[in-house]
Amino acid sequence: MKNLPQKEMLLSCGKGIQKRIALRNFGKIKPLDIEDYINEKGFIALEKSLFEMTPLEVIEEVKISGLRGRGGGGFPTAKKWELTAKNKENIKYVICNADEGDPGAFMDRSIIEGDPVSIIEAMIIAAYAIGAKEGFIYVRAEYPEAVKTLKKAIKIANKEGYLGKNILDSSFDFDLEIRIGAGAFVCGEETALINSVEGQRGNPRSKPPFPAKEGLWDKPTLINNVETFANIPAIIRNGGDWYSQFGSEKSKGTKVFALAGDIRNSGLIEVPMGTTLKTIIYDLGGGIANNKQFKAAQIGGPSGGVLCREHLDLALDYDNLLEIGSMIGSGGLVIMDEDTCMVDIARYYLDFTQDESCGKCTPCRIGTKRMLEILDRIVSGRGILDDIKRLEELSDLIKKTSLCGLGQSAPNPVLSTLKNFREDYETHIVDKYCPFGVCKLSENNKAKLGELK
Amino acid sequence: MIKLKIDGEKLEVREGTTILEAAKKIGIKIPTLCYLKDINEEGACRVCLVKVEGDPMLRPSCISPVEEGMEVKTSTPEVIKARKEMIELLLSDHPADCLSCIANQNCELQSLAKEYDIREVKYRGEKRELPIDDLSPSIVRDPNKCILCRRCVNVCKEVVTASIYEINERGFNSFAAPAMNDSYIDTPCTYCGQCILACPTGALHEKREDSELVWEALADEKKHVVIQTAPAIRATLGEVFNMPIGSLVTGKVVAALKKLGFDKVFDDCFGADVVVMEEGEEFIHRLKEKKRLPQFTSCCPGWVKFAENFYPELLPHLSTVRSPQQVFGALSKTYYAEQAGIDPENIFCVSTMPCIAKKFEARRPEMKVRDLQAVDAVLTTRELGQMIRQAGIDLKKMPNKSYDEPMGYASGAGVIFGAGGGVMEATLRTVYERLTGEKMKEVQYKAIRGDSYKELEVEIKGEKLRFAVARGLGNARHLIDRVLRGEVEYHLVEIMACPSGCVGGGGQPIYSNQDEWYMQVEAGNKRGEALFLADENKKVRTAHENPWIKKLYNEFLGEAMGELSRELFHSSYIKRPLYSKKAHKLKNKS
Repeated sequence: MKNLPQKEMLLSCGKGIQKRIALRNFGKIKPLDIEDYINEKGFIALEKSLFEMTPLEVIEEVKISGLRGRGGGGFPTAKKWELTAKNKENIKYVICNADEGDPGAFMDRSIIEGDPVSIIEAMIIAAYAIGAKEGFIYVRAEYPEAVKTLKKAIKIANKEGYLGKNILDSSFDFDLEIRIGAGAFVCGEETALINSVEGQRGNPRSKPPFPAKEGLWDKPTLINNVETFANIPAIIRNGGDWYSQFGSEKSKGTKVFALAGDIRNSGLIEVPMGTTLKTIIYDLGGGIANNKQFKAAQIGGPSGGVLCREHLDLALDYDNLLEIGSMIGSGGLVIMDEDTCMVDIARYYLDFTQDESCGKCTPCRIGTKRMLEILDRIVSGRGILDDIKRLEELSDLIKKTSLCGLGQSAPNPVLSTLKNFREDYETHIVDKYCPFGVCKLSENNKAKLGELK
Repeated sequence: MIKLKIDGEKLEVREGTTILEAAKKIGIKIPTLCYLKDINEEGACRVCLVKVEGDPMLRPSCISPVEEGMEVKTSTPEVIKARKEMIELLLSDHPADCLSCIANQNCELQSLAKEYDIREVKYRGEKRELPIDDLSPSIVRDPNKCILCRRCVNVCKEVVTASIYEINERGFNSFAAPAMNDSYIDTPCTYCGQCILACPTGALHEKREDSELVWEALADEKKHVVIQTAPAIRATLGEVFNMPIGSLVTGKVVAALKKLGFDKVFDDCFGADVVVMEEGEEFIHRLKEKKRLPQFTSCCPGWVKFAENFYPELLPHLSTVRSPQQVFGALSKTYYAEQAGIDPENIFCVSTMPCIAKKFEARRPEMKVRDLQAVDAVLTTRELGQMIRQAGIDLKKMPNKSYDEPMGYASGAGVIFGAGGGVMEATLRTVYERLTGEKMKEVQYKAIRGDSYKELEVEIKGEKLRFAVARGLGNARHLIDRVLRGEVEYHLVEIMACPSGCVGGGGQPIYSNQDEWYMQVEAGNKRGEALFLADENKKVRTAHENPWIKKLYNEFLGEAMGELSRELFHSSYIKRPLYSKKAHKLKNKS
């Protein structure tokens, strides 16, 4: 993917369905050309914030927009800003979470590589709003291009007077630095990320205290994800009311998805919150590849859940997805056709989270391992019916008792496939064969499959 | 104040109180495993779960603060089931070898499994198979028994400040160990053993090869086996036999050791008296010359290693006198051998110590005396207790017997070496008298007894001398940094690696199911008080007045800091790197 031209990453079809806010400059400007950025109305929001608005007014505008955290949690952004701003500490920090770790996700990376200056602008605005003078962008090491681009962008911004002391003669100071991750998925969790920035092992901390109260080096800290920040300049420039006209009732604005899997057109899309799965698959994605039937969609990466046919008309937003045991996550959207084995899919995602568990709390460290072992047994033809019950019990326990979001959401793929595709499990366990020929169950799997055909 | 309800009972507690502490106030003990108040509040094990009305999650009570109006349920079927599952998960990745485990019947995981009536572990699967570190002479780490509670990590970080532990690897494969899974011998581990006291399972323990050596020596007719008992032993061994903490059992210990078959039972406090003579003399020299002040004590091997690793620039300030254990060992193979007419090669010198660093110290090459290892085997309080039990001896029923001559009589000064502040007090008693010809007032010493970092100023011959004592290496680090920054000036400093001194040593009894660190310190303090009481009951309370010490110097040594003393008792120290470049590889269990 490294050398893919930016425009090819972007799905350009579906005019009228897509609405580009976070991706507004993507593929349109030269990423490191500040003139280009300014020509696309860059820094208007920053000037407006610094010279025409008080910090409280900035937060108020974000509040009106209804923007919620795009990293997956969906926590109201303005609320985070408000909590951090309220703190009377002298030293505060702003952090941009660019530790995009979901397999197959590249939304944040695209924004950073295609429009890095908008993130810098947003972070200055956020710093102004909460009263911070220092910020960090935490980028995963697997994104060398993004790191390089950001480094150059920060250098240019410093030179042009957008960073450092007395920004645009406003007497407001803000310094920005990059911190590079070391390849741990869990560092996308905000408290683990904070530990990592501090130079500690990337283990999550217990909340409370929340970062807004005690974050980086125990100082009030605002952490937002790349896509969240990417929306900020547009919100300040056009007003919160403008932003809130897009999206559904409780999930305002747009969401970027990385559309992938068994689909004709794959790539980045940005659609208003509340767009249905059907619209995305058929109007934007051009339908299922090879004239196959749609079977399932994994949304929200390894922490999300699997959607099935009955969810095709579901309006995708934070609350609707949470209600059915899934989550919007950071925006991975993998479409699967009729030949997909859902047990194998559940196993695949759990294998990922299990491997990425930091190991701090018992349920995540040992619980997910035991779940994976049960799934391993099932896909190799050694499962027993009791295993389903055990998987459900373990899932429930792990969700209820894990320390951080990683553990709390790790069982989602298993629970959602058990709910929506239970028969896939039962065939593996009772009939000892995989109808999709994916799992190497046993010798007679081939025979049985041949028999059926 | 916060108002809440726990299991239907209304109560009011201070803001910031955890649910665990609040429940304790109304008599409900929520089970914990990783939690160790003030030291380890991580919420890692998730055993202390409780239900809070309206919250779909279960909360770890040890780190969850109370909230206004909250309703907590501590024992609903959901909560009990979740706790059970948590214990089962832990057991599913734990060697099922309780019967042959060093922590058998003294293991917090085992107790919990019993309490929660775990009859079978329904989760079967992979267990970690990690190499054991048994390369050091003092401590063994079995990561397969590690439940990732992080107590060792935080005790070493907060109390000891050597910070050698971190979590290695991640997820299911993680375990607590020195960075890069190095062996202790390649790290700045001080071998203080505080991590052993904190470990809830058998993952950390002292190396136990010495008791076998002792059994063999006792059975060997050619060997003349002598034992020296550290001061702390007399105030602790009773605990191994279910006596209250702080019971003084000096005479019974002697009787039990004689029954075990030791040829001579001596008192390590006699060695301590010698240390007072030598170290006091050394201090008077330095004071006169105004050189290498402050003088730091050197009788704690954990502290010596700490200085060698972390503060090599301080090494010239350390007293060159060896610890009482080594001084005694040297005497056993020279003075005693001569007196008793025994070939030193045939003398097997055992020491019993509240300490695991003493095992390391005994094996230091600098500690050799005329090519012989001065102390051949070191038994911790725990090991000695076990040997006595194995021999079928009930300590409680032992009569009181006296130590053997000529190294069995110690002054009160030697006895208090085991208590925090004791070395300073013992040395001052002699030094003050030597310099002024008068005895120092008892009351002044009391200011420096017990635990933590304390200071004392004494006027000697018109000059104000400043003394300081630090127990626990974290306190020591604080003291040293102040000295190095020039914030304070001292003349003599006592440092003990363990909280409340040797009585709180890493070789002392382990009290599992103590979820508050201060209880450990308090146990040490109680034992220390017993030693001060023993001192009060002694007729001779200063080292230089001990008739047996006088005899030793008259007949054998000549003068303190004399030629023979220097050969037998004085040592040098090594500047050690924090981490060795040539890291030893740990071997997998066969």
